[in-house]
Amino acid sequence: MKNNKIVGAVALAAALLGATMLSGPSFAANVPADAKLASEQVFKYRVLDNINAIDPQIVEDVDTSSVVRSLFEGLYNSGADGEPVPGTAESYTVNADNTVYTFKIRDTAKWSNGDPVTAGDFVYAWQRAVDPATASNYAYFVGLVGVVNADDIVAGKTPVTDLGVKAIDDKTLEVTLGFSSPWFIRTLSHATLFPAPKAVIEAKGIDWTKAENIVSNGAYTLTENTPGERVVAKRNPNYWDNEHTVIEEVQWLTINDENQGLTRWRAGEVDQTDVPAGQYPALEAELPNETYSVPQFCTYYFSVNMTDKQPNPALADVKVREALSLAIDRDVIVNGVLQGGQLAAYSFTHPLTAGFTVPEIPASKMTQAERDAKAVELMTAAGYGKDKPLTINYIYNTSEAHKKIATVVSQMWQEKLGVTLNLADMEFQTLLDTRHSKTYELARNAWCGDYNEASTFLSLLDSKSEQNDQGYANADVDKWLGESKTAADPNVQYTEIEAQAVKDVPIMPIYFYAKVFMQKTNVKGWPFDDVEQNWYAKDLYKVAE
Amino acid sequence: MIAFILRRLAVAIPTLLVLVIISFILMKLAPGNPFIGEKTVPQAVLDNIYARYGLDKPEWQQLLEYVYNVVFRFDFGPSFQYRDRTVNDIIAQGFPVTFTYGAWAFLVATLVGVALGVVAAVRQNSWLDYLSVGFTVGAQVIPNFVMAPILVLVFTLWLRWLPGGGWNNGNWTNVIMPVIALATSYLASIARITRSSMLEVLGSNYIRTARAKGLPNWQVIFGHALRPALLPVVSYLGPVFVGMVTGSVVIDLYFSTGGIGQAFVNSALNRDYSTILGITILLGALTIAANLVVDILYAWIDPKIQL
Repeated sequence: MKNNKIVGAVALAAALLGATMLSGPSFAANVPADAKLASEQVFKYRVLDNINAIDPQIVEDVDTSSVVRSLFEGLYNSGADGEPVPGTAESYTVNADNTVYTFKIRDTAKWSNGDPVTAGDFVYAWQRAVDPATASNYAYFVGLVGVVNADDIVAGKTPVTDLGVKAIDDKTLEVTLGFSSPWFIRTLSHATLFPAPKAVIEAKGIDWTKAENIVSNGAYTLTENTPGERVVAKRNPNYWDNEHTVIEEVQWLTINDENQGLTRWRAGEVDQTDVPAGQYPALEAELPNETYSVPQFCTYYFSVNMTDKQPNPALADVKVREALSLAIDRDVIVNGVLQGGQLAAYSFTHPLTAGFTVPEIPASKMTQAERDAKAVELMTAAGYGKDKPLTINYIYNTSEAHKKIATVVSQMWQEKLGVTLNLADMEFQTLLDTRHSKTYELARNAWCGDYNEASTFLSLLDSKSEQNDQGYANADVDKWLGESKTAADPNVQYTEIEAQAVKDVPIMPIYFYAKVFMQKTNVKGWPFDDVEQNWYAKDLYKVAE
Repeated sequence: MIAFILRRLAVAIPTLLVLVIISFILMKLAPGNPFIGEKTVPQAVLDNIYARYGLDKPEWQQLLEYVYNVVFRFDFGPSFQYRDRTVNDIIAQGFPVTFTYGAWAFLVATLVGVALGVVAAVRQNSWLDYLSVGFTVGAQVIPNFVMAPILVLVFTLWLRWLPGGGWNNGNWTNVIMPVIALATSYLASIARITRSSMLEVLGSNYIRTARAKGLPNWQVIFGHALRPALLPVVSYLGPVFVGMVTGSVVIDLYFSTGGIGQAFVNSALNRDYSTILGITILLGALTIAANLVVDILYAWIDPKIQL
């Protein structure tokens, strides 16, 4: 693999700390003067599944979010490197302790029907997100990023009007946070916090997102939405930065099968498609200029049931958990099984998270032989070995990739520790249910960050977190998580938390994801450096070949 | 005849009702939750969602309200997975797609299949028969999930004649491959059933009588033999028709047509209760209707059958 393909993201969070006034150049398709543009500017993007609800406050999945990001625009966008750039807001000010943010909305920002975008549109949208009547899955996001009273509104304890967001005037929006958050700006590219057109939603109800009704404020407007087939959006002439938009039309084409996606990419029907599992080395050799592997903001790990409900007493012993984790040869998994530029993981938080420094994890510095030797030592100390073999039940959802990893790990454990790993695959929904009810021993798990800051990963280790499938509870971790919210440099706490998690082994991190895809050479402007891969069609352009 | 149809329709209603109740119970028994994905949501959020979709009510009440809405308002409710769409929307969008390529595939499979079968039987043990049998055996052993990629490889990647998927509002270039992929194995079955049934009829006494009267061969075949020979074919066609027009999951997924089969599978995997129920009822109703048509066709083909 070529190094220039694995593009690193630059952590610049510190630059945002203590800023009082920030406005910068907006980001748009950055076409070099000498570039010759293609005559047809249509970007065709392959999506795996149906595009679900195109409603900013309802949308949940990554692919649909890419549609929503093209149709709507929040206060700030993600730039090419993932750093926030002004969107509908042209600037903001923040008070000294990072709890009150005031945004200046562009005078030129308009909805696709020509109406101006106002601060009130954001107030309406954010209230709508937390309103119990909206019943959004992402209602909790508003509270997660700190907006005052959000959680109480979701729980029905307070009216929506108490939400910590208000319109000072048509172009000034003030947001009050319940804790000091220097990274609040980073959360604004999330669809939940996009504005919403009140008049249309109230008039059309659930049908407001249909192509004939929808009004949006992004660079594109919806022209067709055929679930399971395609979504088509055309350039929005009312968009404030329309003059810098190059792509005229965006198509999201559903292709459920990865190999079919590759075939249609080869036939020129789509500009981008994912590389089917295991085919990266061959495609990279065949089409080096069109095959990409970039880091993706997700961690793959095994969850250990840490509750009293753990059916397997051996896993309650931290020595056993540590031994098992050490005996997993991550290099074999990323280089031998996945073969797509993934990175071996010895800790939880993605290493490219903005402002985050990966702490020193002892295991990551050892050779695999050293790790194996220590694993055997620990297993023996715990009273297990070849003469007293251990059997563990592992659950995962049906998928070739999960199965391969499980099989490889079971062989490693069998050979090195004499551990028998019983594999049980199940339907995804059944896995979720089993994991959540904590009746498992060991389970496949994965997490993708919601915003580019370490708490998006580490908050999962909070004993009260809904996402804490392990049922892991450590008073120190909870305390550090609390402290990190007001700390000048939360990395101090983050390092402690990661180190504690390595000590307690509620999870066994396996690898950090890579997005492995094929892209036509004439497509330019892709945000390779954004670890969240938040692409905006308005930033892309096609050159003539 | 009219009485027969009315009688059958009267039975159809309780049948559908039983279908709804059993599907509803099975669905509730399946582990999982339509609103939880890899990311769990806080209980407060889940409570709001349950309230929004009436899932906080006792289950007998959910079932009663559902049946009431379906029967009296023809409203299958909102989809739990496509939060900005109703089940009626999903069916209205997906069913015409699958119906279009399914009906074409049905037509092709039936016409070509019957023709091949008849030719093979009439020219038994000739090169035509061998060719037909060889073709049908080949077509039958290639399942559609193999047929579809082969078609795409040839017509999309090599020849660049046809798009490899999508529906494009039913443009003929998008319809051809799904029709061929879906029709092939059915076509083969129909040809083989027709051939063996035709051979049996051609060996019967009344055909010998017809030939003895000196009737020309074509009249013996089309006037006397074909109609009775089609009986087993017709009973096979009923379920085939339903299977085809309600969408082959494989075809929908492979060609990304946006058809109903894809919606059915996705809703089952995502526990989208209302969509599963809606499509199940649609399939059930179509099956009942197709069986009714088959029975009527039976009586028309064979006067000995009394309805």
